[in-house]
Amino acid sequence: MRAFYGTELANPLMLGTAQYPSPAILERAFQDSGAGVATVSLRREGAGGAGQSFWQMIRDLGVQVLPNTAGCHTVKEAVTTAHMAREVFDTPWIKLELIGHTDSLQPDVFQLVEAARILTEDGFQVFPYTTEDLIVGERLLAAGCKVLMPWGAPIGSGRGLANEYALRAMRAEFPDVPLVVDAGIGLPSHAARAMELGYDAVLLNTAVARASDPVAMACAMMQAVRAGQMAHQADPIEARDMATPSTPVIGKAFL
Amino acid sequence: MKITLNGEPRDVAASTLAELLVECELSGRVATAVNEAFVPAGLRAGHALAEGDRVEVLAPMQGG
Repeated sequence: MRAFYGTELANPLMLGTAQYPSPAILERAFQDSGAGVATVSLRREGAGGAGQSFWQMIRDLGVQVLPNTAGCHTVKEAVTTAHMAREVFDTPWIKLELIGHTDSLQPDVFQLVEAARILTEDGFQVFPYTTEDLIVGERLLAAGCKVLMPWGAPIGSGRGLANEYALRAMRAEFPDVPLVVDAGIGLPSHAARAMELGYDAVLLNTAVARASDPVAMACAMMQAVRAGQMAHQADPIEARDMATPSTPVIGKAFL
Repeated sequence: MKITLNGEPRDVAASTLAELLVECELSGRVATAVNEAFVPAGLRAGHALAEGDRVEVLAPMQGG
């Protein structure tokens, strides 16, 4: 199994922590599913100290924390946010998001490469939220990234793998690089498909948090990524157009 | 001294960033920036505030 900056994950599900109906449901979604990586963010602290109780809960879960730079639109903003996140969360991991388009939340890949280079030189271990573009992937690796996280579909859209052909090409192009499908997953079948393609993990949030029963959906996603991973390792058959009988023809009775 | 704290105008007595956090009861795990530049925790006590400074105090929050 490919390691993420030297860390081997116990399972291939990375789960976001936003939009759950309550902190208790968020907690149970992690506990019952067993998801081992939690994405988190930084926002303005209020007088009530809401951030502190959230941080306590995440710490008690004992999961690996992956802070993001969600909502950043410039290199400077993202780099500053990353530095603040490293101090608060005490980890070199950073999910680098540089948003280029307001409606699709498509990554601005030009700024992404630049920010990735700056952060890598500063000792960060960057998880870039990118598109499925192979050249951008190469540039990110050249900038020092050792993980790539192409989108499945726009964040929160639940559309699944919008460009499966390109995701398969990316897997083939970067056989040694840990790859994560990040964003766009709506159903367990989407998550399973990503794993069947040979991806190393799936990162999702909305599909679980906004389901009527987030705890059950988190567990369903875990079963899906495990099934997809096992299927990939088992080396599935190629699809074909014509039938081939599965029951032996030899020995069939003459009736 | 008039500053902007997390986007809100404030009139504060604090003269350093560390004092500001105490005055505004922003304790625990937070990260700070002044005028869009990160100020590490270890430098807050020595970071003098100036009139009109824009201070951001960020804390862990839910994210995707």
